[in-house]
Amino acid sequence: MPSVRMGVKTAHDTRNTSLDMASLSLRQVNETLQKAEAGAFAVANPRGAHALAAGLTTPIDVTIDGHVGYYCGGMNQEASVTINGNAGTGVAENMMSGRVHVKGDASQSAGATGCGGLLVIDGNASARLGISLRGLDIVVKGSIGHMAAFMAQAGNIVVLGDAGDALGDSIYEARLFVRGKVKSLGTDCIAKEMREEHRTLLRGLLDAAGIGPEVDVAEFTRYGSARTLYHFHIDNLGSY
Amino acid sequence: MCGIVGLFLKDKALEPELGRLTAAMLHEMCGRGPDSAGFAVYGSGAGGTSKICAVRRASNLDWADVAKRLEQAIGRKVRYEIIEDHAVIRIDGDGTAARTWLIENVPEATVLSEGEAIEIYKGVGDPDAISERLRLASFSGTHAIGHTRMATESAVTIAGSHPFSTGRDTCLVHNGSLSNHNRLRETLRRHGERFQTENDTEVAAGYLSWRMKAGDSLEQSLEHALDDLDGFYTFVVGTRDGFAVLRDPIACKPAVMAETDAWVAFGSEFRALAALPGIDAARIWEPAPATVYAWSRS
Repeated sequence: MPSVRMGVKTAHDTRNTSLDMASLSLRQVNETLQKAEAGAFAVANPRGAHALAAGLTTPIDVTIDGHVGYYCGGMNQEASVTINGNAGTGVAENMMSGRVHVKGDASQSAGATGCGGLLVIDGNASARLGISLRGLDIVVKGSIGHMAAFMAQAGNIVVLGDAGDALGDSIYEARLFVRGKVKSLGTDCIAKEMREEHRTLLRGLLDAAGIGPEVDVAEFTRYGSARTLYHFHIDNLGSY
Repeated sequence: MCGIVGLFLKDKALEPELGRLTAAMLHEMCGRGPDSAGFAVYGSGAGGTSKICAVRRASNLDWADVAKRLEQAIGRKVRYEIIEDHAVIRIDGDGTAARTWLIENVPEATVLSEGEAIEIYKGVGDPDAISERLRLASFSGTHAIGHTRMATESAVTIAGSHPFSTGRDTCLVHNGSLSNHNRLRETLRRHGERFQTENDTEVAAGYLSWRMKAGDSLEQSLEHALDDLDGFYTFVVGTRDGFAVLRDPIACKPAVMAETDAWVAFGSEFRALAALPGIDAARIWEPAPATVYAWSRS
């Protein structure tokens, strides 16, 4: 229905739109965001609602004031979603492009299975960050919990703080850059040499996340796959 | 799934609001556990008396008759109050012997709690309807723990609803499932613990009661639980003066905590905490795996 979509566009791309969840339902808010083709939206009183601003497909700008529940910004394409608060399980899960920025902490499985775009977390992230990552870039300014980047296939994870147990277990070709301590590495994940190409890549990711030169790429260690579990090998049976 | 809420008050002025705040928190967790619900409230305990909460399983159970038989059996004055299908039985002194007598001699009822301050109420069906019918919002007290259940390990019955209490003024709620509860139940039975169901969570409650009877503090009993309980769990535990949280080492089940100068609160999800007074200025965090968090009123 192009005419309806045009109508929404005209209404929304010329002004900031306030959406107060004290009076609007989650479904009303998501419907407004999902139908918009441009514009900036401010969402108030999310009160931990689930799947807020999920499934956006256009380059709109959404700012959420407060803490959100599960799957905020999930499946995002092109939109920029900023959360002025904490995010529950699976923030930006399976996002395809665009940007999701959590100003507080993120719970489990942040950025899980993400294919593209940028997820920035200003605070800490808990367990299973970037699990099965497939191309999304994640920058965490704090520390991360256990089992991050489990089976991560592509994309980059940057952590300014520490990482928990079993980092990068069964990892494929995702790249992990950790500035602090790693409690333990998962199976088939090893520390790797930082070459010039990696320093350039890391600098670009830090810049994209708004982190200045006070954070030096030389302070990071790169981790990635030892590539010993890629193909079935009878000697590895115990590890499968 | 299952939903858990817990509220431990530090500010005495909020005590009349405990039930109302807990009911509002429990309401938010209805979707996580729509088949049954229960709550424990720690109210004002009259020194030297015990309260026993029980729920009838047979509609023809005569509480007056139960009270009379209990009075004869233990040789002490028994008073009781009927609240819907529950009864709160009051006796002077320690209630342990009375609890044991009720479990052994009144199969038409399930004993839910015994202690100076604790009262536990449970029901099957919509959690909101249960908290309304049992007047949760009207309770005052120092701390409360609530649970909405989506059953996985045992049948949907009142007896299988949480919280579970196997020791004086102690209760436990659980989100998850234990895998070594059958063997552990037998071990605990040999140590004298009593169980009323085949439920895994009751075994965890019995385990903590057993450890605390052996001299463990609440924190120590939970440290030992990390070694002896196998499976998935987020536990919230209440004692007469204490409140604690423990998650399994891989943090399988969700948990959010918040604290202000006036209270400490637990929710399976943030939305359970969103309406608490002062939440905007609270310290909010996700409890780390295999880490005991405990508060007590000294």
